[in-house]
Amino acid sequence: MAKDEFQSRAFKVVGTRVPRPDGLDKVTGRARYGADMSAPGMLIGLCLRSPHAHARIVSIDTSQAEAMTGVKAVVTRADFTVTPEDQGTRDILDNVMAGEKALYDGHTVAAVAATSRSVALAALKAIKVEYEVLPHVIDVDEAMKPGAPVLHEGRQQESVPEGYSQNVLARSQYGHGDVAAGFAKADLVIERSFTTAATHQGYIEPHACLATMGNDGQGDLWCCTQGHYMVRNTCSAILGMDAGRLKVTASEIGGGFGGKTTVFLEPVALMLSKKTGKPVKMTMAREEVLRASGPTSSTSIDIKIGITKDGKITAAQGDFRYQSGAFYAMNGALGAMCGFAPYDLENVETVGWEVVTNRPKAAAYRAPGAPMAAFAVESVMDELAKELGLDPIELRLMNAADEGTKSAYGPTYPAIGLKATLEAAKAHPHWSAPLGPNQGRGMGCGFWFNFGGDTCVSLMINPDGTVSLSEGNPDIGGSRASMSMMAAEELGIPYEQVRTVIADTATLGQNEVTDGSRVTFAVGLATIKAARHAIEIMKARAAQVWGIAPEAVEWVDGAAQPAGPNAGKFPPMTLKEIAATASNTGGPIAGHFEVNAEGAGVSFGTHIADTEVDPETGAVKVLRYTVFQDAGKAVHPDYVEGQLQGGAVQGIGWALNEEYIYGEDGTLQNAGYLDYRIPVASDLPMIDPVILEIPNPGHPYGVRGVGETGIVPPLATLANAVSRAAGVRMTSLPMSPPKLLAAIKAR
Amino acid sequence: MRFETPQTIEAAVALLAAEQGARVLAGGTDLLVRLRAGQIAPSTIVDIKRITGIAEITAEDGGWRIGAGVSCAAMGEHAGLRADYPGVVEGAELIGSTQVQGRCTMVGNLCNAGPAGDSVPAMVAAGATVRIAGPAGTRDMAVLDIPQGPGKNALAAGEFVTSVFLPARAPRSADAYLRFIPRTEMDIAVVGCAVNVILEEDGTVACAGVSLGAVAPKVLLVAEAAEALIGTKCDDAALAACAAAATAAATPIDDKRGTVAFRKDVAGVLARRAARLAYTRALGDPS
Repeated sequence: MAKDEFQSRAFKVVGTRVPRPDGLDKVTGRARYGADMSAPGMLIGLCLRSPHAHARIVSIDTSQAEAMTGVKAVVTRADFTVTPEDQGTRDILDNVMAGEKALYDGHTVAAVAATSRSVALAALKAIKVEYEVLPHVIDVDEAMKPGAPVLHEGRQQESVPEGYSQNVLARSQYGHGDVAAGFAKADLVIERSFTTAATHQGYIEPHACLATMGNDGQGDLWCCTQGHYMVRNTCSAILGMDAGRLKVTASEIGGGFGGKTTVFLEPVALMLSKKTGKPVKMTMAREEVLRASGPTSSTSIDIKIGITKDGKITAAQGDFRYQSGAFYAMNGALGAMCGFAPYDLENVETVGWEVVTNRPKAAAYRAPGAPMAAFAVESVMDELAKELGLDPIELRLMNAADEGTKSAYGPTYPAIGLKATLEAAKAHPHWSAPLGPNQGRGMGCGFWFNFGGDTCVSLMINPDGTVSLSEGNPDIGGSRASMSMMAAEELGIPYEQVRTVIADTATLGQNEVTDGSRVTFAVGLATIKAARHAIEIMKARAAQVWGIAPEAVEWVDGAAQPAGPNAGKFPPMTLKEIAATASNTGGPIAGHFEVNAEGAGVSFGTHIADTEVDPETGAVKVLRYTVFQDAGKAVHPDYVEGQLQGGAVQGIGWALNEEYIYGEDGTLQNAGYLDYRIPVASDLPMIDPVILEIPNPGHPYGVRGVGETGIVPPLATLANAVSRAAGVRMTSLPMSPPKLLAAIKAR
Repeated sequence: MRFETPQTIEAAVALLAAEQGARVLAGGTDLLVRLRAGQIAPSTIVDIKRITGIAEITAEDGGWRIGAGVSCAAMGEHAGLRADYPGVVEGAELIGSTQVQGRCTMVGNLCNAGPAGDSVPAMVAAGATVRIAGPAGTRDMAVLDIPQGPGKNALAAGEFVTSVFLPARAPRSADAYLRFIPRTEMDIAVVGCAVNVILEEDGTVACAGVSLGAVAPKVLLVAEAAEALIGTKCDDAALAACAAAATAAATPIDDKRGTVAFRKDVAGVLARRAARLAYTRALGDPS
């Protein structure tokens, strides 16, 4: 249907900076997050966690804990008697409650529900677990070697060649052309190896939930999540109950960034509630969040690029080895797909590896897999530019992908915005501003796919002419505002006339998790379609009142009107007027739309950073930072700017100081914000966001997702800036002061 | 757990002496965090803030006596203290956040005996002493001698520190404290260095103290680094010798916050920079 596709139009509401609907609640403390819900008779649940990186669980004696006054239940893996059908869900069960082995420091081995937190804490101490400690492996390259301690037997996919440890679960390959022939044509070939440390999303709100399972087999769950439908489906599979009998309500969310796209506490809380018959509340401490939620992969990457002396890439090759913690994830494949995505390449070959180690299971982190790949590729691009004496932006422009380019991962691009971001960066005063001593400027490009997926929206026309919109995705990046705006735009009414709520799982059909930067695109698409559905009904009601055919009515500026002089001469009938008489013209009016949304437009960004390095201490100061990103259409520019700034800030932390640090015994050494160093406000300059709008042909308003691309270029951008400032190429992240000072002294 | 708020030093001593599990609470910025993390479980918490005069800064014998209940923020607002001991004040003001500053105390920082305490090196470089109250009466002790190792202090059972004393200032004297952290605030010193200098009329260093934090199990007073400055005008050669002595004296460990090599290098860099800053201040430049 032609109407699905982008059509240029003059917007009235979309593109403005209306007040955000959650602002007052959040600044007054009225917003209810995961831990803010309580129930009468509620118990407190706590997890007992493995102190070992890798250990066989010989026995668990819970009798002493169960005998304590105030302890209502203890659960172990023995209580989870259902084996979920699919491997992914079985992995989740193994992750939330260890089976035969504890696979990482912090892995849950038992949980208690008690009448108070202090009783629950005492009960944890009374549980006796006998462990047989096993050799462990933390590093990805070590874990791949034959002879490395093996986490799982028999899980290796056929794609993995012989000669690797069983920890290598999968290998994937992408590309086209003939790289050997391409490298032969090159005047200059640079080949480098890179490593990046595992980092955490660093969301401020720890995981929390309140679970109630009745004796009638019906359950209610309140939790902090990026996708309550996912929580429902996963928990019901683990507990062996019908999904329809578990209602999940998403709390307000204090950050997720991909880390809340899976479950940790929820199945355990439901099992404790099932066993006790009482509501059970569970909240993670910060230490638990860092030890046992889902950080991102650490990586080891090799990149080789060949180029002619006038700057045309002849061949590109990459090997992306990603560890995903104790269970399978496909981050290496995503890295292998994204690394060279910004470039128009004749010959390209990439390989992605998925490797398990004795660390917590990796979760998504904003464009999962892509930032590390971009770091490696863009670092080599920077070195090539330096060697050839070319402007780094010019080098990218000479090789940039455009509409019609066959991407490095397969598909051919429709209209994309990479060149626009590069041109904007080149023309920006930042790129030509003078630099002082010990200062360096870096730039980098980044790509993310963006997703669509299953989406449902209902739009109710209330009797007074206000509009209630229900979406099924937790609002992380401003979706209540942007959905209200798109509904108002389409209906031709003021923004204030629409209120959007996040419906529970019993209210709408299936909705994909809030991930893949999908919500403004996919839920926006469904919102526009639901509004059009309601408009069709309202036009029919007006036609009925006027006694003309519905096709003879058009919708203009929030009112039905005859489509032309031939249709009849009636004054426009506004939405309010139609709503007021709806009861007499056929009953309440509502629009809805359900879709597996396709056509999410890919998104590119280009970043520039200036840094100053203290050559005596290795300290790095970020002096200036500018983000250029294609948003397709920025529905609410404040939120879009926030996404671009937030991605840059998280990337700066990843590049400079954030890392999971393990001891010799495989235990995490820095499970707290003192020593897991996310940037504080005074570490950062104002991040200057520049929004470009190259419409996505697959969305009626041209919207592209913006949430993830912003974290892809910063690792590379900072590495290039620091390498230029320090006069030494930094190939290992984070560029913490001890590492940078050692590199400066060795240069 | 009991919570007590004695009004006198004697009452506080009696409470602390009565129970081995009693702990002193002043600002509480360390105690409460450890309590919540389950690292400690005191039988009694003795809040000393209600003791008369414990939160006062008073002039004494030309120097300053700082009560154990004085918050670091209050030190920063005391003009006389700032003028005499800018290094001690800047060390105290680096602890935690603005909110923590309103509660945390220098004495708490000292008695916790963490090797990286930011307020400790400047007190040591200045030759500060503390007054200790206990079942056997009061005694004074050098700040340098209070920390005995990570988490261990020299106080006997029932004792607590009631105040710090900074000696009278000679003319043409000043101090400075610098620390290295990977961030710009809200962090813990990877290396800390304080330098205190007293100059002759012609600007020659007559007397100096150089103290390092976070590079050994407890705070160090590095005599060789001080001697490198004495008799000089803190020229480049003297500063280089001071830096080399600081690097040599540091005996750090490899840990999550830094490597041995890094900490030794940075100890020297900070000693040089802090010496230059203290010297400039002593010459009358208030920066």
